[in-house]
Amino acid sequence: MVRNFQIQINISLKKGVADPQGATIKHALESLGYPGVEKVRMGKYLQMEMQAEDPRQVEKQLKDMCQKLLVNPVIEEYTYQIRMS
Amino acid sequence: MKFGVIVFPGSNCDYDCYYAIKSIVGEQVDFIWHKEEILNDYDCLILPGGFSYGDYLRTGAIARFSPIMSGIEQFARKGGSVMGICNGFQILLEMNLLPGAMRKNQNLSFICRYVYLRVENTHLTYTGLCRVGQILKIPIAHFEGNYYADEKTLKGFQEYGGIVFRYCDKEGRVAEESNPNGSVEAIAGICNPAGNVLGMMPHPERCCESLLGSPDGRIIFESIVANFQKRTMGRKR
Repeated sequence: MVRNFQIQINISLKKGVADPQGATIKHALESLGYPGVEKVRMGKYLQMEMQAEDPRQVEKQLKDMCQKLLVNPVIEEYTYQIRMS
Repeated sequence: MKFGVIVFPGSNCDYDCYYAIKSIVGEQVDFIWHKEEILNDYDCLILPGGFSYGDYLRTGAIARFSPIMSGIEQFARKGGSVMGICNGFQILLEMNLLPGAMRKNQNLSFICRYVYLRVENTHLTYTGLCRVGQILKIPIAHFEGNYYADEKTLKGFQEYGGIVFRYCDKEGRVAEESNPNGSVEAIAGICNPAGNVLGMMPHPERCCESLLGSPDGRIIFESIVANFQKRTMGRKR
């Protein structure tokens, strides 16, 4: 049976890779007077809907997509969530 | 000698490259649409600057899957000369023909101005007519030119002369103030270990005549042609 899957992917810069956007946002938050902002890292968020029969197939394909296109492994890393709907 | 300039949707320095090759150095040149699958007998391929596929997802990330790309990869792996300028450099990084990646400029601005480069490696097809330490005045125009590579890659560069151009000041000094975008080691251009693939953020094709502000880009194209002539003469003998 074909089922629907809701997928969320978070892509962020690897630890140690300088993030000028994150640094600027942190600075802006400090300028606005918010105390205690320690670290800001900016990333990307992708939402996807997929149809498949087997959840394992979805996960396999998702990893492949990330490695091939969605993520640049030199500077980025990713996490994902798959929900059946 | 025959050059090929690859054209993607969103390329915008393709005509500048064409003009520099045809009118300034006087060699043959074709535009090659990215949907072509066969590369004819080219001696040097250029991936021009621009915003291929609108820079969506990441710069160069989508262009690298264009039909022409497997042909370019084969051409490069066989030792063919492939030069990526600006967005072309970003595409070569995404293709893994060159190591590392680009981040957004440190100051989060699109930077469009003349900079000075110091030539670090003159043993290449692209720099054979340059002196070591020669200073070139060439413009940059990019948002994502903040080059990053890990320690291991940088060490590799030291071993094989992978750093071809560094940002410097007018006198050739490499310092933080003369680094426009935050690139590690002030890197403006690199090559692969074989030396046949070059990537550079500055635009030599935009400055081949004094009329346009600087003639310094010309030596890059002239070096390529001189290298080709040397090689073909050797072959005839």
